[in-house]
Amino acid sequence: MLAAALMLIPAASLAQDGQRVFSSGYRFVEMSGEELFNNVCRGCHMGDGAGASGAGSYPSLAHNQNLQSSAYPIALIVRGQRAMPPFGDMMNDDQVAAVVNYVRTHFGNDYRDAVTAKDVKDARR
Amino acid sequence: MHFLERGLKLNHMQDEPSGVRRRDLLSLIGAMAGSAAMYHAMTSLGFASESRYQGPIKLEGDPKGASVLILGAGLAGMTAALELRNAGYKVQLLEYNARAGGRNWTLRGGDSFTELGGFTQKCEFEDVLYINPGPWRIPYHHRALLDYCKRLNVALESFIQLNHNAYLHATRAFGGAPQRIRAVKADFQGQIAELLAKSTKQGRLDEAITKEDQEILLQALRSWGALDRNYNYKANLFSAETRGYATAPGGGLAAMPVPSEPVALSDILKSRVWRYLQNFANYNFQTTMFQPVGGMDMIGKAFAREVGDLIRYNAKVTGIAQNDRGVTVSFVDTANAGETQTATADWCVCTIPLSILSQLPLQVGTTMKSAIDAVPYAGAVKIGLQFKRRFWEEDDAIYGGISYTDLPIRQIAYPNSAFNRTGRGVLLGAYLFDGANAYEFTAMPPQERVARAVQFGAAIHPQYKAEFENGVAVAWHRVPFTLGCSGDWSEEGRTQHYRNLCQIDGRIVLAGEHASALPAWQEGAILSALDAITRLHQRVVKT
Repeated sequence: MLAAALMLIPAASLAQDGQRVFSSGYRFVEMSGEELFNNVCRGCHMGDGAGASGAGSYPSLAHNQNLQSSAYPIALIVRGQRAMPPFGDMMNDDQVAAVVNYVRTHFGNDYRDAVTAKDVKDARR
Repeated sequence: MHFLERGLKLNHMQDEPSGVRRRDLLSLIGAMAGSAAMYHAMTSLGFASESRYQGPIKLEGDPKGASVLILGAGLAGMTAALELRNAGYKVQLLEYNARAGGRNWTLRGGDSFTELGGFTQKCEFEDVLYINPGPWRIPYHHRALLDYCKRLNVALESFIQLNHNAYLHATRAFGGAPQRIRAVKADFQGQIAELLAKSTKQGRLDEAITKEDQEILLQALRSWGALDRNYNYKANLFSAETRGYATAPGGGLAAMPVPSEPVALSDILKSRVWRYLQNFANYNFQTTMFQPVGGMDMIGKAFAREVGDLIRYNAKVTGIAQNDRGVTVSFVDTANAGETQTATADWCVCTIPLSILSQLPLQVGTTMKSAIDAVPYAGAVKIGLQFKRRFWEEDDAIYGGISYTDLPIRQIAYPNSAFNRTGRGVLLGAYLFDGANAYEFTAMPPQERVARAVQFGAAIHPQYKAEFENGVAVAWHRVPFTLGCSGDWSEEGRTQHYRNLCQIDGRIVLAGEHASALPAWQEGAILSALDAITRLHQRVVKT
């Protein structure tokens, strides 16, 4: 499935410029958890995962006990919640799993029970 | 926001492998949810959203000293304030920012802006040069907004959506060279006309239309497609009248024009640049469009001249409570951090974006609360770039309008005023609405956004490298007073929650673009406010 999805992406869109990858369409081409976090999540949750606060807030992901249950971040990323946009149509199952695993093992989180693409697929139902 | 770029969103949708076409989606919604849902879906997808404006609002009847607390001094809040005070209400406004206008906003030289994460940008544009980070154009059918501009003496000028001499650019087509919109449109239309004319002459349309109509169709195709007498579209002086010349007509001895060579249909098809042509035909982007002279915030400033005395600035709302006697809103003064203060009134018109309102303690019923929680906020990024000279005019003969590209910057929009002058100019070097690139640019530090816009834009205008001076970049998910660009309703969300969002809940009613069928347009904010206060007033004078 992953290979099939990649074949749909024109090769040039995967070309890297320095450290950064740019997507060519509606969906993200970034595949690793680190790259997805840095190119997507960081916009609101910031580079250190600490979030930000203005008239409203983006929650901190650092030392975040809500991440203990892996189903929670999967559901949030796929479906969105309040200010958090849904990414279910912009990331495939592998991408959602990769970024969930990244967030749950960084920023002071140490949840070692990695999720799989199948967990994400099941959560989409 | 601006802003709303439903057209662009459709472009993104074309990238989706699911392949659900818009009309398929509409008929599905119609079949499943009935005509009311169909109407909402149509309006939100950009069809059929004629302005409902009926002229200046008439709130007849005595409010008997009733008071209204309005949250948010954007266009929705200030429209409500202006009209409710005129109708005899006691009105006060709380505004998070130190200025009025909300997303109606312009950045000029000397302005500074701090986004979430603490990145501060100082705009270094010269004098009168500016960008509108939020809304930037006004369709002719946004009659409510146009009427307020007239009443408040906001001068308008043309916003050029379609400039035939601007570019369409596809990274992997035409050797990477940008194509003039004029030529793409003429060649696409001409070669489709040629195909259809050939099919007609070969009798392939005999079952579809009569012989008599076929004769007329052939005449029409010749005219529409600039075909020659043999129904071919080729390089000649007839096609040159639409696609332009290799050598333009001149004067004197060497005056005779030379036609230009069309681009092959196959190249246009594969390039996908045809999708932008349809974008120009979108109801929301048809001529005539307008912009305020001097920047979009001229509208917000004009409203603030009327109702500025009612606004308390730097007021961050922290909670909204109500009982059967009135509304109590708690807030903190962000300029003088201290104890929580309260403001009270008989009624409340709340225009706080749902991205923020959904996080506040709010005493409303579960149906309204569910609606508030159901609307994510779209990402959008705009980047303004200042150049030493207006090379797009001097070198490329592009006066206003927009070039489109499949590069991550998506658009380059040229200034629609101060044409044909020497000196500096500012153009919009990127406009991303929704889609992956909007998130990718949001995630960068502001200076990198500017640098990337210059890097990508140089593929279309090589002059960028020598002429660039400075820039500013606004990513709407990083904007502290909205946490996003605009309410990004899903069709399911709208079907399930929209009416619940707009109902008066006790003493509270919501307004803003999110409570309209014109998401991200200023017209939606104003129509929503007018509808909300009309219903509120009916309730007040009845009791």
